[in-house]
Amino acid sequence: MSDLFANLGLGFAVALSLQNLALCFMGCLVGTLIGVLPGVGPIATIAMLLPITFGLDPVGALIMLAGIYYGAQYGGSTTAILVNIPGEATSVVTTLDGHQMARQGRAGIALGIAAIGSFFAGTVATLLIAALGAPLTRLALVFGPAEYFALMVMGLVFAVVLARGSILKAVAMILIGILLASIGTDLETGQDRMTFGFAFLTDGIDFSVLAMGLFGVAEILRNLDQSETRDVVRQRIGRLLPGLTDLRQAAGPVLRGTAIGSILGILPGNGAVLGPFAAYSVEKRLARDPRRFGQGAIEGVAGPESANNAGAQTSFIPLLTLGIPPNAVMALMVGAMTIHGIVPGPGVMTKNPNLFWGMIASMWLGNLMLLVINLPLVGIWVSLLKVPYRLMFPAILMFCAIGIYSINATPTDVMLIGAFGLCGYLLIKFGFEPAPLLLGFVLGRLMEEYLRRALTLSRGDPMVFLERPVSAVLFAVSAVLLVAALMPALRRSRDEVFTEA
Amino acid sequence: MKDATTRTVRSLCLALTATLGLAGHARADAFPQRPITMVVPFAAGGPTDVIARIVAEHMSRSLGQQVVIENVTGAGGTTGITRASQAAPDGYTVMMGHMGTHGAAPALFKGLRYDPAKSFDPIGLAAGTPIVIVARKDFAAPDLKAFIAAVKSGGTSINQAHAGVGSVSHSTGILFDAKTGAKPTLVVYRGTGPALNDLMAGQVDFMTDQIVNVAPQITGGTIKAYAIATPERSTVLPDVPTTKEAGLDDYEVSAWNAVFAPKGLPKEVGAKLEAALGKALEDETTRKRILDLGGTVPGSGERGPAALQRLVESEVARWTPVLRAAADGTP
Repeated sequence: MSDLFANLGLGFAVALSLQNLALCFMGCLVGTLIGVLPGVGPIATIAMLLPITFGLDPVGALIMLAGIYYGAQYGGSTTAILVNIPGEATSVVTTLDGHQMARQGRAGIALGIAAIGSFFAGTVATLLIAALGAPLTRLALVFGPAEYFALMVMGLVFAVVLARGSILKAVAMILIGILLASIGTDLETGQDRMTFGFAFLTDGIDFSVLAMGLFGVAEILRNLDQSETRDVVRQRIGRLLPGLTDLRQAAGPVLRGTAIGSILGILPGNGAVLGPFAAYSVEKRLARDPRRFGQGAIEGVAGPESANNAGAQTSFIPLLTLGIPPNAVMALMVGAMTIHGIVPGPGVMTKNPNLFWGMIASMWLGNLMLLVINLPLVGIWVSLLKVPYRLMFPAILMFCAIGIYSINATPTDVMLIGAFGLCGYLLIKFGFEPAPLLLGFVLGRLMEEYLRRALTLSRGDPMVFLERPVSAVLFAVSAVLLVAALMPALRRSRDEVFTEA
Repeated sequence: MKDATTRTVRSLCLALTATLGLAGHARADAFPQRPITMVVPFAAGGPTDVIARIVAEHMSRSLGQQVVIENVTGAGGTTGITRASQAAPDGYTVMMGHMGTHGAAPALFKGLRYDPAKSFDPIGLAAGTPIVIVARKDFAAPDLKAFIAAVKSGGTSINQAHAGVGSVSHSTGILFDAKTGAKPTLVVYRGTGPALNDLMAGQVDFMTDQIVNVAPQITGGTIKAYAIATPERSTVLPDVPTTKEAGLDDYEVSAWNAVFAPKGLPKEVGAKLEAALGKALEDETTRKRILDLGGTVPGSGERGPAALQRLVESEVARWTPVLRAAADGTP
């Protein structure tokens, strides 16, 4: 324990130097801004800013780059809440209730609770990394391909629970999502699948392209077509910050979201994506009146937002202790470290204690700064809603186009968001929800990969999923969740059959 | 407030335009007059990207113009190289090719729209990253000979990991199997990170990969190294024997990285780029950065355009039969 304090002391000594504080602040500010701009994600930004960090010492450079990453998580929820565009897979869920809250004139409360929840989650996750980083690493190694597959299946069950309306429609959306994910080069053989000979499809569809089309562009189309709804957002702004009742309502979800997000964040292989979805499902299960979800329930913002920030922090654990990047942003951090002559791996903690503990301390300081940056900004963001929509939507479209182009520098991606926007608009019109589709898309690719890998390793024996204890437990949980989710629907449809008869 | 927002938006737009390289045209005699784009066909943060950024930083200084890295990923790096090969040959678009894109690719990608030996004006070799043969830490064999014997006698019950078709670990792994006569089951991963994770956890038995990726895990003791496939030992891993020392003669591979330009580059422009690359590789700090990663810096005789052209031709000739045979062997 005294070690922990000594280490944290060292960390704060490093992080509190004037230069590092300034860099941390810069990172957080840039992160918030790019998080708010739809499409311009942390990957593109960190890649662009890498050369600038050459002149800095490695600790300062990494503190700044890390700030961009978790700053973007804060900023990303702003766009999700205000204009219904999830910047990252982790903020898809926030659109569900966050944007509804904005439509009801409670945008400020949604933004405020997102910032406060994120801060709390960030604090807890930072402490967790400091205290338990090394032992938690073992969790990452327990998860083999079979366990990941089981986890992804559980994720799909969350998607069913997530559904607001018809379960049948939700399942259809999930399946389409999985199908879309199978477009691109086959991992094992290197052959093209479902690309119709188009070169731009050989690497599959980018998540941001799909998300921005189905959510962002579709939302714009819908707003343009219903003149009255877009005024609803502008009508009343209401309170800017959450009151005591809101905080009390959100406390439980924030705690649970933090726990769920922290655990899933540790898993390499992008387990963190599941955090917000899992948190949302849990809140919806626990709620006394689940029908409020999707109509602007504050729990539906507080839980997932805490989970996504906790996951963003704990995903540094596999990077710092194993040297294994769990997602694309972390892979970039590995690159940043190597460029600065520090090769991340099991040795970082002992060889570069300055870097290790300095970064951890800076994460907490960064979260504090983000709270200070974001709470006053809430007023500014909310007042943006007063801008007439005829001026707003071209700006949103332009930022989407620039953002998407910045990811892969391919013009076809920009055209694809238009096409997916049209699809998304039709889906809304026919009462299908895009959220389960997106989750199916995110999980589809991972599921296929882990399924095939698990079966390769077991030489084709499917029993491997039940023989390994962790995977068996996960499957059992999925089964229970699925039955619980389907029961009311089954009962209802049976009732309907009877009434019709 | 509104003013501030517009200003931020405007400066962001400007920054974007600048980085996307949309500046005006320039003549060859005063090259370079605007930023140069170096296309890296792999994700930011990977070994090739890191080498490119280290070299580009020094080149920017000696050319007096920024050398901007643009990561265009996909299809084992061939997406980025294809696009860069179609750019105007004015020196403002260059690319960091490597063993895969300019050696293994013709055998792996049927519809490849460039010829590594004919579609480019080679500028120079930048760095080599040696290949290391690594296994899970509890693999019983004490040395490389015993390891090869175990892998051979294990047949398909041995699991060999690689990071996807077209990756360095894929081609070098297949070469290892071909040279030793091993027939392990191949387990495919999306990238080196997850493959290493499963190797550490003992889910798979072994793989071959670039030293940059595996050195920290080897020194940390989470995986074990049997040999390094270079003529000399690496200063980063002084205890790991070379393949020759360990008794495997015919397996020396390095994932080299080299700068290419689209075919038809004006001579003076090519010479300026070559000189800038040479200066970067002679600079002490740049060299040290590459060496610290476990990379090798080519001597002045082995890095020029002519030497690079020979390397490309010999690499294509080396990889094509091995990879074709492996592809025919699997259904």
